[in-house]
Amino acid sequence: MMDGDIRRNAYDDGSQDLLTGEQKIRNFNINFGPQHPAAHGVLRLVLELDGEIVERCDPHIGLLHRGTEKLMESRTYLQNLPYFDRLDYVAPMNQEHAWCLAIERLTGVTVPRRASLIRVLYSEIGRILSHLLNVTTQAMDVGALTPPLWGFEEREKLMVFYERASGARLHAAYFRPGGVHQDLTPSLIDDIEAWTQTFPNVLADLHTLLTENRIFKQRNADIGVVSEKDISDWGFSGVMVRGSGLAWDLRRSQPYECYDEMEFNIPVGKNGDCYDRYLCRMAEMEESIRIIRQCLTKLRAEPGEVLARGKITPPSRGDMKTSMEALIHHFKLYTEGFHVPAGEVYAAVEAPKGEFGVYLVADGTNKPYRAKLRAPGFLHLQAMDYICKGHQLADVSAIIGTMDIVFGEVDR
Amino acid sequence: MSEALRELAAYIETRRTDAVISTSVAFGELCVHIQPAHLEEFVEFLRDDATCRFSSLVDITAIDYPERPERFDVVYHFLSMYQNHRIRVKLSVDEDAVVPSIHSLHPSANWFEREVFDMFGLLFSGHPDLRRLLTDYGFRGHPLRKDFPTTGYTEVRYDEVQKRVIYEPVSLVQEYRQFDFMSPWEGGKYILPGDEKKV
Repeated sequence: MMDGDIRRNAYDDGSQDLLTGEQKIRNFNINFGPQHPAAHGVLRLVLELDGEIVERCDPHIGLLHRGTEKLMESRTYLQNLPYFDRLDYVAPMNQEHAWCLAIERLTGVTVPRRASLIRVLYSEIGRILSHLLNVTTQAMDVGALTPPLWGFEEREKLMVFYERASGARLHAAYFRPGGVHQDLTPSLIDDIEAWTQTFPNVLADLHTLLTENRIFKQRNADIGVVSEKDISDWGFSGVMVRGSGLAWDLRRSQPYECYDEMEFNIPVGKNGDCYDRYLCRMAEMEESIRIIRQCLTKLRAEPGEVLARGKITPPSRGDMKTSMEALIHHFKLYTEGFHVPAGEVYAAVEAPKGEFGVYLVADGTNKPYRAKLRAPGFLHLQAMDYICKGHQLADVSAIIGTMDIVFGEVDR
Repeated sequence: MSEALRELAAYIETRRTDAVISTSVAFGELCVHIQPAHLEEFVEFLRDDATCRFSSLVDITAIDYPERPERFDVVYHFLSMYQNHRIRVKLSVDEDAVVPSIHSLHPSANWFEREVFDMFGLLFSGHPDLRRLLTDYGFRGHPLRKDFPTTGYTEVRYDEVQKRVIYEPVSLVQEYRQFDFMSPWEGGKYILPGDEKKV
């Protein structure tokens, strides 16, 4: 027997060697993160390991907590809008959408047709932004370096579209209560169209890199399996549900904006493992391209206003040059802000990561009395302990990857 | 949509008369006000009843109304993926009340309840691990209460002399500006300084 062997000797009479303290095997606790490239931000996991098997996983969150909900209570409705870009900063406009929907439901404003189309267009661009980042960085977590390089090139192009519409690559503040801030130029519509022609090739390239890749499959198939019961127990939404075969999508089941007139399929997985979730995201990007194309055709055919003119939106620049009332309205809107009638509303959108909701309690003033942000990642991360139990340490990063966790929205 | 919700509200009310205080449908959403003591049994009914089948817990949060004797509203949102409807369940509790945890019925309530405890200081009985969730290790106070200042009480910086991160009381270079936007023409119920009438 070798020196330092930690096995315990048993003898014929049944007696055993006494163990010293050092020889006793105990589980190993490690800190995963907060500075770990596979932690997707500032996640700190306290893992208890038995060899390489995860016995317990305790996520410590809140390292990116900025008190958004508290800050929102002392700001006007319009001033609060940019906070939503900073939640899930991978797909900013989808979050703004939920906030605008909540305000519009309380104030009873109908969004002009063209604004609605632009919103759907940019929500789908946001979905591709998020899925591209997620799919490719998850591949990086399990050992592939090329996908993120290719994916980020496309993301850059999409963020240029963001910039051309709103003036900002990331923190857009483009969706406004009552519509969108500015109309799109015809050349931008043409360029997005041209991009939808080239993007399927990039997706096909990603497929050749990953889908049948032996290592990628070994790392993802049968890892982190989610069943139907887990979905309702842990409150999953988005791809975490669809990967397990349930065709649940708020765009289809509780349609908002003009999703009910768009033609698209809801891709579902079969096994509910990391690999199926990857396939779902890839398929969803193709569906998003379809929706984008339909939006573009409709946008070309239907010019018009992009803001519902009224109390909660600014007057047009032209009016402000000629009408005193319009000038006063503009001044009051951007200092005092608009007042929202008292009431409470829960508005949810199908964000790329799942159901993103805003619970807004208004008390009739120009500031929300309470706004609760319901982030999908919060519930997904909560189930880490449940899903990771019994998996190997290396699978933890694969699971975090396909859960699609972004700390901006988890920590708020 | 709201017709179906009204029917559902009537159904819930007849099945759980002792728990329900009131129901309302507003903005296409069903809201049920219930007695705090009946929470667990009511949530179980919502989850298991074939008409309701509210299988997923969407959200738990609280709202602080400092001027009320029952200071907090605890708000639960449920979603049924099978029946495709939503419900909001509300209960009013006072500051020292202990709310029953629904962790055993919906494991996802775990972090939501921890967050409410962290932010509002409400206690949940039967919760397995009621620690702070979002705030700093060793944080004091409950930030989302209305009487907690937005600036907080402490600030953090790295001290060059002690070579470590230290906590200090907040010192503001400029007064925290809280603008009053209520228009006096639309019935502000206060008197601005200088506007008081002589008796």
